[in-house]
Amino acid sequence: MSTSRRQFLKMIGASAVIGLGGISAFEILQPGQFEASQLSKNPEALVGKRWGMVIDMKKLDNETMQKCIDACHRIHNVPNIDNPKEEIKWIWPETFEHAFPGMESKYMSEEIEHMQFLVLCNQCDNPPCVRVCPTKATFKRADGIVMMDMHRCIGCRFCMAACPFGARSFNWRNPRPFIKEENREYPTRMKGVVEKCTLCYERLAKGLKPACVEESNGALIFGDLDDPNSEIRKVLREHYTIRRKSELGTEPSIYYII
Amino acid sequence: MYNGGKIIIGLLIFVGLVITPFLFSGEKATAKPDPKVNTPEILKLPESERKCIESKEYMRSEHMKLLNQWRDWVVRDANALYTSTTGKQYKMSLQNTCMKCHSNKKDFCDQCHNYTAVKPYCWDCHIEPKEES
Repeated sequence: MSTSRRQFLKMIGASAVIGLGGISAFEILQPGQFEASQLSKNPEALVGKRWGMVIDMKKLDNETMQKCIDACHRIHNVPNIDNPKEEIKWIWPETFEHAFPGMESKYMSEEIEHMQFLVLCNQCDNPPCVRVCPTKATFKRADGIVMMDMHRCIGCRFCMAACPFGARSFNWRNPRPFIKEENREYPTRMKGVVEKCTLCYERLAKGLKPACVEESNGALIFGDLDDPNSEIRKVLREHYTIRRKSELGTEPSIYYII
Repeated sequence: MYNGGKIIIGLLIFVGLVITPFLFSGEKATAKPDPKVNTPEILKLPESERKCIESKEYMRSEHMKLLNQWRDWVVRDANALYTSTTGKQYKMSLQNTCMKCHSNKKDFCDQCHNYTAVKPYCWDCHIEPKEES
């Protein structure tokens, strides 16, 4: 009996239906495994559609900046390695010409030229690091946080090459000996993974603002950029702000008031 | 049989070599694991509350799958709470939930993992509880 094209297509359709049935049968045979209804968000968690930050350099002095940096590095077990080739940083000070290349001018105000700018991962809307990550260890969450899944990072460092802000650090060695005091509620990292600021996702889940924002005495404003009534949007409406390397089109979510 | 004596001696040596590992494996390697659940944190709980998030049998055979799921749910899907089959809610965290009760990694985790020669790399990053001795 020869098979006509029509019969063949019917057969394919039928086997697809049976195949789908097979999948659900497989799930029935493994009852009580993991169900989506078993998990939920913390009701206290902060929710937003596009988290962002405004850094008000008029209010941020060097001392507060250091406090922000220390708080972040302390709670996230960021090691303190002196060698600049191996150092790990999530949030750090940077000069104007390094933070905003192309914006400097010959006769710029000396105050701004010598100012230390607080820089961190820009939590880009269009993050190049996510695009290049072969294992999807770096990914963008629905709320705009560019996250690292340390379990999946293979240390290829494509993301470091892709990030135009140098916001990522590679662990060349086991970081544990370089952590003065471990925060026992947060993991460390291991040799061979890349790490960066994750906008304190673990604090947002508890309903707390990022650690640097909390330490900054109001110089750092954190909020939902997607909500026109939020505090951060009010600040953005009232002030002229700049972003780092906006010409590259990565759409950073960190704004600076100068 | 030609060279019967030599063959038999050879066979004996061969059998001896083959069974040496079994003869010399100390009691340690064959001692059955006996994970302890008598940490101060667990003993503090009232008798009726001394239960893991799921049944003992389930945890014994499936804890690795559960932990694997937890890490994806927390890190990738931003969910923080796990509702167990008894309806109780737990924060999904190895360091802050599991190990808070099971603060005896050596007597709890390592017992079985050593026995079955499983080396999970959880502790490369997650900080294990502080233990005496």
